[in-house]
Amino acid sequence: MSRSSLVLAGALAASLFGTGASADDKVKVGLIVTLSGPPAVLGGQIRDGFNLAVKTLGGKLGGLDAEVSVVDDELKPDVAITKVKGLIERDHVDFVVGPVFSNVLQAIVKPVTAAGVFLISPNAGTSNFAGKQCNENLFVTSYQNDQVHEVLGRYAEDKGFKSAFLMAPNYQAGKDAMAGFKRDFKGEIVDEVYTPLGQLDFSAELAKIAAAKPEAFFTFMPGGMGVNLVKQYRQAGLASIPFLSAFTADESTLPAEKDDALGFLGGANWAPDLDNPQSKAFVKAYEAAYNAVPGTYAMQAYDAALLIDSAIKATGGKLSDKDALRAALKKADFASLRGKFKFGNNHYPIQDFYLVKAAKRADGKYETEIVQRVFADYADKYAPECPMK
Amino acid sequence: MSWALLVVETLNGLQLGVMLFLIAAGLTVTFGVMDVVNLAHGAQYMVGAYLIALFADLTGNFWLGLALTLPSALAFGLALEFVVFRRLYERDHVSQILATFGIILFLNQAVKLLFGAGAIGVAMPEALSGTVTLMPGLLYPIYRLALIGFGLATAIMLYILVNHTRVGMRVRAGATHPEIVAALGVDIRRLFMIVFGFGAMLAGFAGALAAPIFSVEPGMGDNLLILSFVVIVIGGVGSVRGALIAAVLVGLVDTLGRAFGPQLLRLALTPAAASQTGRALAPMLIYVTMAAVLFFRPAGLFPARR
Repeated sequence: MSRSSLVLAGALAASLFGTGASADDKVKVGLIVTLSGPPAVLGGQIRDGFNLAVKTLGGKLGGLDAEVSVVDDELKPDVAITKVKGLIERDHVDFVVGPVFSNVLQAIVKPVTAAGVFLISPNAGTSNFAGKQCNENLFVTSYQNDQVHEVLGRYAEDKGFKSAFLMAPNYQAGKDAMAGFKRDFKGEIVDEVYTPLGQLDFSAELAKIAAAKPEAFFTFMPGGMGVNLVKQYRQAGLASIPFLSAFTADESTLPAEKDDALGFLGGANWAPDLDNPQSKAFVKAYEAAYNAVPGTYAMQAYDAALLIDSAIKATGGKLSDKDALRAALKKADFASLRGKFKFGNNHYPIQDFYLVKAAKRADGKYETEIVQRVFADYADKYAPECPMK
Repeated sequence: MSWALLVVETLNGLQLGVMLFLIAAGLTVTFGVMDVVNLAHGAQYMVGAYLIALFADLTGNFWLGLALTLPSALAFGLALEFVVFRRLYERDHVSQILATFGIILFLNQAVKLLFGAGAIGVAMPEALSGTVTLMPGLLYPIYRLALIGFGLATAIMLYILVNHTRVGMRVRAGATHPEIVAALGVDIRRLFMIVFGFGAMLAGFAGALAAPIFSVEPGMGDNLLILSFVVIVIGGVGSVRGALIAAVLVGLVDTLGRAFGPQLLRLALTPAAASQTGRALAPMLIYVTMAAVLFFRPAGLFPARR
């Protein structure tokens, strides 16, 4: 059978059954996250959070049986492109959920959305897709990357800190973090130090902080770098200087940092102690299933599943009607673990942001806890640049 | 720049130096004596860190954990020698690089399977936590001072072992004239095995000491491996004394360069340009140092006599 006759047969079949009858009995979701190397902890949280939501919904999303395929992007954009193409062309997924990291997001947005498949990002939220390059098939359930750092800059400004010492790894996300912090902080920046990505020993920088005596210290050191920095900061006797950071002392690193991180401050859109019934139930179920405290990664993935669930329900299970699905996704009509949640015109969330603090629970486990709300119904700064309405 | 900061940064450099020495000592001996390029040496450092994480957790005491880690790291090194390295002595460097690179991949995945991909923390021994005031306004973590002490003590012990004992004499002789040593009735294979196991134990010791200040995670030794090779090339392959001096040199150049490079550049450049240039230059400094040393002394500072 030649290719053209196959197409013909397909078209005939489609006309026979009609589009109205194509309400599928199954929804396919491709989950692409980083599951290799040290960042596998983050990808694992996203996978577990998403799977937990599907399990809680009885193995269904929007009433359809859910089939979730998990693939590893290995934190390599080229690998990620090959893997999403496989998900779309071989597995014919209806939704792609992922990735963890912004550089991978940059790579996969085009191949996924151009194929008419919805991409739900449960973590990465770069500025370009929030602004000029916003995309009708891309929905972000996390935040715009700058926002978590803006929380800390705002807090430092409100608190009246007169000076701050800034440190971040020397790559794009590090520079974005510093820019985010400086947006609202008007005090003196005593020094801005960029360290090589992957630096393990911060003794030279810590001595400079001690000598500069700033009123606050801001940093962005994800993963193992954060574990090293937090331990060494405490050991250097600097803990009297407030430690403000994002992704440096969170549920992914606290199991290693333990007591050394206690009292260190962070910015986030959620924390495990957020007081609403759905969040409490989620934390309890997650801990029972995976024996770890969920971080924002898991929460955002759980919300991504709820979002898909709500959209399929609203369209009556018709996965082929992309416009109706898109409109339903845009409504975000689900009970987010964060409480209030809605999408802006650029499909990035408008939500509350909190100052959080690393704490030890009564059962000996570590988590971040909400100290105060810093921003309410906060939209990102790039949304006005997005042409979508 | 203040004197206090200079003192602290010098101590930091010294501490990084002795840490590098503990790793490089084993590497330089296996490379110099056995002519084996062991890329997996950094992975052995990682194994040491994981072992103490395991044993300190089991026994609830850092020192008991360390006491168990050392023989385990030694046993691990001997096992690795028996299974893999024994087959590599006669092969060329390319085979050795491929095989030892394979060991890195294997061990990184193995610890990930056993302990999970995330970082684990090891609590600092109670007696050495906290800081000490060296001068008014000059705090320094006690543990890092202790590290310097451990490193120097190991250096002295190694010096005595290599230069003033019978085993040390055989090792030195085996490095330069392996056939003659064998002809004199020394089991050169067994000697190599001991040397290799001892080198692995030193790397494991370094990993165990590093565990309380660094995060214990898969691949933690990979960066240090590169620095260790820089150290043994500067120091002269096969020379323990060269490794010590080169390690301290690299530690000081790296730390002081990172700390004061941007300030020095500010004398000549605008602050923004100085910060930008300093950021780019600081990680390069040790390699510039290496190039300079090799230009004047192509065999390193203290080449082992051939």
